[in-house]
Amino acid sequence: MSQLSAPHVQPIPLRNLAWWALAVPVLLLVAYLVTFDQGAISQAGDYLHELMHDGRHLLGVPCH
Amino acid sequence: MIRQLFVRGLLAGIIAGLAAGVFAYFAGEPHIDSAIALEEAAAHTHTEAPLVSRSGQVGGLFLATALYGLALGGLFGLAFALVRGRVGPRSGSVLSITLAAAGFAAVVLVPFVKYPANPPAVGDPETIGSRTSLYLVAVAIGVLAMAAAAVAHRIFEVNGEPVRWLATGLGFLVPVTAAWVFLPVVSEVPEGFPADLLWDFRVSSLGTQVVLWGVLGVSYAYLGHRSEQVTGAPQGVPA
Repeated sequence: MSQLSAPHVQPIPLRNLAWWALAVPVLLLVAYLVTFDQGAISQAGDYLHELMHDGRHLLGVPCH
Repeated sequence: MIRQLFVRGLLAGIIAGLAAGVFAYFAGEPHIDSAIALEEAAAHTHTEAPLVSRSGQVGGLFLATALYGLALGGLFGLAFALVRGRVGPRSGSVLSITLAAAGFAAVVLVPFVKYPANPPAVGDPETIGSRTSLYLVAVAIGVLAMAAAAVAHRIFEVNGEPVRWLATGLGFLVPVTAAWVFLPVVSEVPEGFPADLLWDFRVSSLGTQVVLWGVLGVSYAYLGHRSEQVTGAPQGVPA
């Protein structure tokens, strides 16, 4: 396995990645709207929650 | 460069989410319908009209898996940009598939062995808050344990392969096992709920996640490989 291993490719410097870390909360928010939202953030009441009900069950997230 | 890795992740994520939706539709929906039928038979009353119809919820399945795939794919692309050249296989394609396997183990398998997926009618609505918190704690432990394994894999590079892989395995398994032992048990399957339905539902749920992560890893590898052939530069190497 060692011949497959790093670090022969130049890693992307962490300071370049830092800006992109800002995308992480946005992505987590999208995941939140699918998996847990009950209107508190989306202001859509239980609509999103009910709409994505089956997906939530099958993705393995606690639902009700 | 990072932008390219990120956008590729979003694209691979949508593809993976839709594939997982198709799998869930055929493998999982029949079990959800059976469980809802049991739930309604137990409740006897059926007065309030649902906010979203059953067919709406089935359509929402694809929306849910596609959005979940999109979010996951973006995170995957950024994780790929982070680990590339730091730890793991040198080949971009092999790294993509390895990262997907590691992500599946951390984000899906670790929570699943302690708090497996449940169909409708299983689980007490009173405890949804604490069950959700416990689920998220299990996901966090899975991710941190995998990160510990990756760090150990890098630190012990000079100690030879057996020691290195032992350290990697322990880095993952020690926190996960400890969490499995110490996290509280949730046991809320109602009396008389059919065991085969519960089992079939859980297998279909796990299968949905296998398809999601599997297609994510493979399509990310494919998209990266294709762009490598177009530009001639190996993915992840700054131009």
